[in-house]
Amino acid sequence: MGLYILRRIGMGCVMLVALSMLVFALLRLAPGDPVDAYIDPSAPMSPAELAATRARLGLDQPIPVQYLAWMKQVLAGDLGYSLQRNHEPVARLIAERVGPTLLLMGSGLLVAIVIGVSAGILAGVNRGRVIDVGLSLPAFVGISSPAFLTALVGLFVFSVNLGWAPSGGMRTPGLAPTTGDLLRHLALPALLLSIGHAALIMRYMRASLIEVLNQDYVRTARSKGVRERWVIVKHAVRNALLPVVTLIGSTLGAAVGGAIFIESVFNWPGMGLMLINAVENRDYPVIMASTLVVGACVLAANILTDLAYAVVDPRIKIA
Amino acid sequence: MSVALHSRAPAFRETPTGRALGRFLGNRPAVAGFVVLAVLVGTILLGPTLLGLSPNAIDLLALNKPPSAKHWLGTDGVGRDVFARLLEGGRISLSVAIGAVSISLVIGFLMGALAAFGGKLVDAVIMRIVDLAMTLPPIVLLLVLASITGPGIGPTILVIALLSWPILARLARARLLELRERDFVLAARNMGAGTWHLVLRHGLPNTLDVLVVYATLQIANAVLLEAGLSFLGLGVPPPDASWGNMLNGARSVLVLEQFPWQWLTPGAALVVTVMATNFVGDGLRDAFDPRSDIG
Repeated sequence: MGLYILRRIGMGCVMLVALSMLVFALLRLAPGDPVDAYIDPSAPMSPAELAATRARLGLDQPIPVQYLAWMKQVLAGDLGYSLQRNHEPVARLIAERVGPTLLLMGSGLLVAIVIGVSAGILAGVNRGRVIDVGLSLPAFVGISSPAFLTALVGLFVFSVNLGWAPSGGMRTPGLAPTTGDLLRHLALPALLLSIGHAALIMRYMRASLIEVLNQDYVRTARSKGVRERWVIVKHAVRNALLPVVTLIGSTLGAAVGGAIFIESVFNWPGMGLMLINAVENRDYPVIMASTLVVGACVLAANILTDLAYAVVDPRIKIA
Repeated sequence: MSVALHSRAPAFRETPTGRALGRFLGNRPAVAGFVVLAVLVGTILLGPTLLGLSPNAIDLLALNKPPSAKHWLGTDGVGRDVFARLLEGGRISLSVAIGAVSISLVIGFLMGALAAFGGKLVDAVIMRIVDLAMTLPPIVLLLVLASITGPGIGPTILVIALLSWPILARLARARLLELRERDFVLAARNMGAGTWHLVLRHGLPNTLDVLVVYATLQIANAVLLEAGLSFLGLGVPPPDASWGNMLNGARSVLVLEQFPWQWLTPGAALVVTVMATNFVGDGLRDAFDPRSDIG
């Protein structure tokens, strides 16, 4: 067990290093001079100063040395300066944006797990009946719809036509920030974000539950007279949930993608909106830093899921 | 009666391919998906000729008009026929997806072969790259690559291809590792066959089935990625139509609220295509899985 945790964390670290190398390589592939990202616009530089900055940043050094120097800076929290947005430090921009994104993703994921697991149980228990078909069909549509389309349709129906929710942003401008106002703005995007993920979780939960319901121990439980409801809750669902836990972890990357589109449609002031704006403006320091941060978070979440899985299921061993 | 039934069954089941075909035809969602796809592709290919409207022809007397007898799905903001653009968009969206997946098939197979035959170190490096690419949010990588290449049909194909190969490489590697130890490959090797010969002559034909099945599922994925990129204005640029860049119009509140026919139709086409492709892909996967006869 201890060995497994150590090896999993070690593998995660290797992946993190690989991610940083990838981001660094892309940074160098990007058009433009990397030194631009470090010029403070309030203090214009002469060619001599530029050369000095270049030397200070180590841009005259060989690539591996540059990489190590860059890593040192990143670890110290220096992610360069944005080319847009008044050349603010990227680290500060990201710090402002992480909260809203975590709020949106967290609530979306929570809703997705609740809807997905309960719909999966309902469909699995009633396999082949009307309830199953009635739940599985929308799930297929949900899996096949891109997040931005779900967002557009949701916005069109609930915000434009029904007027139930505000059409974007995180707060009503001009009003004092209250929790109620925040929740009103959060509800629709979080719900729409959860749809794709809920559909995926539901399909998995259903398949997993059907498999477990065919197991001998379920038959044993039934034949010794345990009530059906209790068999499902205590014996079947608890075991069927195990693979679903891994699914939630491994699809986190896709969920981040969905969040990016939702943020764009709903003007939600998070990392996704910042990333899209940065891509549109070719703001490379911001693009690379967000990629690094988002990638690191997803990797970390993946490690945590695997560890949680190892704790819940003692049978697990590293491949 | 039973004789008639049985005389048909063996015709399907004599060869592995025949059995797979039989399994595929027995899978109702897969067949339905196939029919839908066939109709869709047929309409996209034949429609423009039958319709006789150019996707870029401008009717200044009909700006933002709802569906009518002349313009079946209405017109957009500059008076172009939405139905004609929908067909053109389908042609481009599907071409981009198929092009991207074809390239990623080649990359995936070569990377898989390199991992399987290139020794432990090469294998470890490639597999870590694959792990990384499969863990990271695809949209983020897509945005980063697109920011480097810029918009355009060619770059879009390239970017999606660069994102789709990892899973194919993993499948190819697994199959090739297994093949490497088979007697006929060992025999070929002992007769002096080089690695290239082994990979192309013995590896490729025996890996193709699993690759093609997963490539089908990747096409659905590629259609979604293209739509996402174009929706953000980073994929297929106007005046070319694609389902994604038709949906891009709905980023404007006016279009979203007042002219829903301009974005609902490409959206519906997108979902139907992706769903049908997924059904066909799932059906193919089950059909080619030899274990599915037992279960």
